[in-house]
Amino acid sequence: MTDFSSSDPLIIVRDLYYAVSGRVIYDSLNLQIAKGQVTGIMGPSGTGKTTLLRLIGGQIKPDAGDIILEGQSLLTLSRESLMAARARMGMLFQSGALFTDLTVFDNVAFPIRAHTRLKPELIAELVRLKLEAVGLRGTEQLYPAELSGGMNRRVALARAIALDPELVMYDEPFAGQDPIVMGVLVRLIRTLSEALGLTSIIVSHDVEETLSIADYVYVIANGRVMGEGTPASIRDCPEPFVQQFLKGRQGLVDDYQYSRQPYLPAIQGRPT
Amino acid sequence: MNVIQGWGASVIEAVRGIGAAVLLVLRAFFAWPRVDGLRRFIYQMYRVGVLSILIISVSGLFIGLVLGLLGYSILASYGVEQKLGVLVALSLVRELGPVMTALLFAGRAGSALTAEIGLMKATEQLASMEMIGVDPVRYVVAPRLWAAIVSVPMLSLIFTAVGILGGKLVGVDWLGVDAGGFWSNMQASVRFWHDVGNGLLKSVVFGLVCAVIAVYQGYACLPTSEGIASATTRTVVLSSLAVLGLDFVLTAVMFGGLR
Repeated sequence: MTDFSSSDPLIIVRDLYYAVSGRVIYDSLNLQIAKGQVTGIMGPSGTGKTTLLRLIGGQIKPDAGDIILEGQSLLTLSRESLMAARARMGMLFQSGALFTDLTVFDNVAFPIRAHTRLKPELIAELVRLKLEAVGLRGTEQLYPAELSGGMNRRVALARAIALDPELVMYDEPFAGQDPIVMGVLVRLIRTLSEALGLTSIIVSHDVEETLSIADYVYVIANGRVMGEGTPASIRDCPEPFVQQFLKGRQGLVDDYQYSRQPYLPAIQGRPT
Repeated sequence: MNVIQGWGASVIEAVRGIGAAVLLVLRAFFAWPRVDGLRRFIYQMYRVGVLSILIISVSGLFIGLVLGLLGYSILASYGVEQKLGVLVALSLVRELGPVMTALLFAGRAGSALTAEIGLMKATEQLASMEMIGVDPVRYVVAPRLWAAIVSVPMLSLIFTAVGILGGKLVGVDWLGVDAGGFWSNMQASVRFWHDVGNGLLKSVVFGLVCAVIAVYQGYACLPTSEGIASATTRTVVLSSLAVLGLDFVLTAVMFGGLR
């Protein structure tokens, strides 16, 4: 299977099966997230990449298979231990998902206050540090509605790393950002992982940005892994779908139509 | 066949909803937010309680004024207008205070609770809270639930007191009922535990029911704009029906000689 020369896996996803109202999202999905590395998970829109992060975070339960965090199955944890396990994870939501009735300061301080009993001065110091790391010191008293989209996501990133988690999951961190913000985010994610020794999972369909910072990449489609490898090796992956996805060509393997039905019979009402 | 299937499905859905609501409430009931719980509770008390005082007082005043007018015209035809105080006080303490307060509360505060929690769900704030490792039931739901349970009986007391003043304004100050008779008859006929106590018990129950419905509808709504809109409507409709239906049952048990 996967060759991990550098380190042990932090997370193992084993034979994962998950379906929503009859539609199979994942069918025997296997992958491993190496400790201390940046793992990119790429795939076309609608393949359930966000769902995978929610499965790893324990927010939804798979129908079959297992998700193992450091040797312990996430599926058998009690509600309390799951909450404790989540204190070791940070997640950057695609929308940022900041608490709109709290200031930037309180948003970043939220996980610290929830999981520690530190003094207010120390919390303030930590929040300043995290905001400094994402380049937003001085925005403490603003509300999320007063920030731009890119700033929102950086505050969300500061909140995700507030507790120095072992694992940070990024859900489409680059989607809808201008090239400058994108460059800033790419550099931030890489610097943060290296400086703090984080394990990172980046879910994205921005090929170049993801390949530029990931140590290992999975390409997912149709509920399973279509290709995997280091950024250098994945470009030479023989699998036609991976080539189509990485190079953005049409009509090679995967029709981009949702229904995947030929057009003419469909409009004539003939069965296909 | 399809009709019966549809009925069956909606009954199952309703039972499932009630079960989920009870589980949610049980979890919220015994969970106190770890992060400054008291401050959050007081803030919610301010939002659902203090900010409702104005509408509750104004409504109470008008209900009292109308009760005074109506009661006077009927009682005067029997020549017992001295009993106006009893009529106004008992109607308010036993029925109108708790019921009207709960209805107004559902419209003013319950709908806002549903919309707020629903919007937090739609914007992934509840999901991100869960991912941070903070239980939204504990942090978001519990303070709101407790604030509603505590504030509804207090609002009901304010409603009743203002209403009695309204009745006195019309009866004594305007229509000329003897003030001594108004107050002393009231004092002689209204019993503290039987009337005031049971009235308060009613509003505790109504407060609980309104809060549970509001919080559950917000928590379980579809995270879309239409989903939030219909959840808010359902909160007001279901709360009103539940309060009116429960009021009949409680009145029958408390004052209807069913014991």
